[in-house]
Amino acid sequence: MKRILAAILTLTLAFTLFAAIPSLPAKAEGETVTINVYNWGQYIGIGEEDTIDVNAEFTKRTGIQVNYTTYDSNETLLTKLETGGSSYDIIIPSDYMIERLIKKDMLEKLNFDNIPNYQYIDEQYKNTPYDPNNEYSVPYTYGTVGIIYNTKYVTKTVDSWNILWDEDYKDKILTFDNPRDLFAIAEFLLGIDVNTTSEADYQKCYDKLLEQKPLVQQYVMDQIFDAMINESAWIAPYYAGDFVTMHEDNPDLAFCYPKEGFNFFIDAICIPKGCEHKAEAEAYINFLCDPEISGQNMDAIGYATPIPEAKEYLSEEFANSEVVYFDEATAAKSKMFSDLPDETFQLMNDYWSKLKVEGSGYTLYIIIGAVIAAVIVAVVIMRVRKKKLYE
Amino acid sequence: MKTFGKIYTAAVFVLLYTPILLLMLFSFNSSKNTVHFEGFTFKWYEELFHNDTLLHLLLNTIIIAVIASVVATVLGTMAAVGIHKMKKRMQNVILTITNVPMTNPDIVTGVSLALLFVFIGGVMKNNNVLGFWTLLIAHITFGLPYVILSVLPKIRQMDRNLMDAALDLGCTPMKAFFKVMLPEIMPGVFTGMTMVFTLSLDDFVISYFVYGSGFSTLPIEIYNYTKKPIPPSIYALFTVLFMVILALMVLMNVFQARDERKKSKKLAV
Repeated sequence: MKRILAAILTLTLAFTLFAAIPSLPAKAEGETVTINVYNWGQYIGIGEEDTIDVNAEFTKRTGIQVNYTTYDSNETLLTKLETGGSSYDIIIPSDYMIERLIKKDMLEKLNFDNIPNYQYIDEQYKNTPYDPNNEYSVPYTYGTVGIIYNTKYVTKTVDSWNILWDEDYKDKILTFDNPRDLFAIAEFLLGIDVNTTSEADYQKCYDKLLEQKPLVQQYVMDQIFDAMINESAWIAPYYAGDFVTMHEDNPDLAFCYPKEGFNFFIDAICIPKGCEHKAEAEAYINFLCDPEISGQNMDAIGYATPIPEAKEYLSEEFANSEVVYFDEATAAKSKMFSDLPDETFQLMNDYWSKLKVEGSGYTLYIIIGAVIAAVIVAVVIMRVRKKKLYE
Repeated sequence: MKTFGKIYTAAVFVLLYTPILLLMLFSFNSSKNTVHFEGFTFKWYEELFHNDTLLHLLLNTIIIAVIASVVATVLGTMAAVGIHKMKKRMQNVILTITNVPMTNPDIVTGVSLALLFVFIGGVMKNNNVLGFWTLLIAHITFGLPYVILSVLPKIRQMDRNLMDAALDLGCTPMKAFFKVMLPEIMPGVFTGMTMVFTLSLDDFVISYFVYGSGFSTLPIEIYNYTKKPIPPSIYALFTVLFMVILALMVLMNVFQARDERKKSKKLAV
């Protein structure tokens, strides 16, 4: 009887604890509202090296507190939103993910009366394919992918993705370690639409990438910075904004927009369904679109601002960079990713895994095989010895 | 053979400590370059101590680690005492059950805890359960078996008659536990606590699934640094963290050595 009573008491205690959780922070804060912002890692000014601390400035101006957490990819964001258990007021996904979130009915429509600074956004970044009626998102940054190369070693003219297939630069080529960006390169080169869903197209891209594999030093992402600056690699496709950062450290680096076309992306601010402080979240969006804030923020993170008035707050390297703020002729060659059906994503991922395993895989299998064989032999020998001992 | 042994030991230590030493070295490098050392500077440390975001996350991480290790140690020690009193067969069953979370892949623990929290959140009509409390519960959960595993052998090593003697001499069971048993098993309790503390400090996989909009820790934040290379202020942070843990370990060893000396003196008298 005592035991049952104890168990019941423990359970009630556990449940009241859980029930108490949500009410705790609300009581402690009193009047102030806290919004939950969920953004990419390293994607906002945090006051490093005399740059602006965006969230602190927002709190100073409006009195609204910011809870800031980060994610590493659009897919992580989607998983976190779908799992539930945490409510966010602001998220900043990329174009194709916004399209998917709209399709899944996971975004709130914005009230633009609360976002007067939306007027500053350049017309080219409105009416985008992912949000054609400008109902759900406000552009935060945009960017492009191009070829970064070292002029000291790469003497041929670089104007095409073909340079990444050049035998002369064997083992000095780096390329993307994510399927979407990697397959896009092959697609541009082969003249295939980057949003294709045909299996035959992916087979062709896979063949093309397999042909490139012996020349590639490594499939990497942010290690590209070090490798290019230290000149341990000479050619790599990467994001235009990051080129400016690398160029500061190594002036021999140059950037090229390939003639076959290149990817253009927009990351935009949205409010997910389940948000608890919509008006405050809209105030946050409005704050990020303030030209002065946007300029200083982009100066800190090194991406392009969709607000022309913000450029006067940028440092000169960024404001005058033709790589970041390119002309219309270049813009015409750019192509935006759209959301692909799940099967196509799966297909791309399968080909990507196959590509990474191909060739280099055998040594790995041999090593694993050898280790397993050695363990088996050792066990057998020990058994035999034991038996002999008993005899 | 002796020289071979020395060379082998040296090689092991070199492999273990070069990465950390390199990281410390580059936390003093004046450029962001990670290949050439270009000059000595303290600027990354200065930047670190001005970086509120990082310091705030570090504080979060330490708060979780401290609370989780204390709670897990108390619960784990209690559990170990209880398990010790059980019959042999029951002991084995319970130990196997408590060891499952330890051998279970972190990712399984993480996903299942997240599912449980979200489910309970759904029942409580709270769509924002993930955060400080869930992180804390998760860290206590994965820390518990380590405490049990380090305390139980100490209880088994103890002379059974000690407790009986204490009870005979008029101690209440509670008093006997604190006066007799606890001092005997203290080394095990301490080992368990430090183990949970360090495990909690650097846990990423489980935390990744149960962190929420309101509360995050340092390992999660650093994992999300995929857009750009890791800034040198992070190296500075790691150096500080490593030094603090090293100091803690040294201090612990010194205290333990002193304790043992005292004990042997008492015995001699």
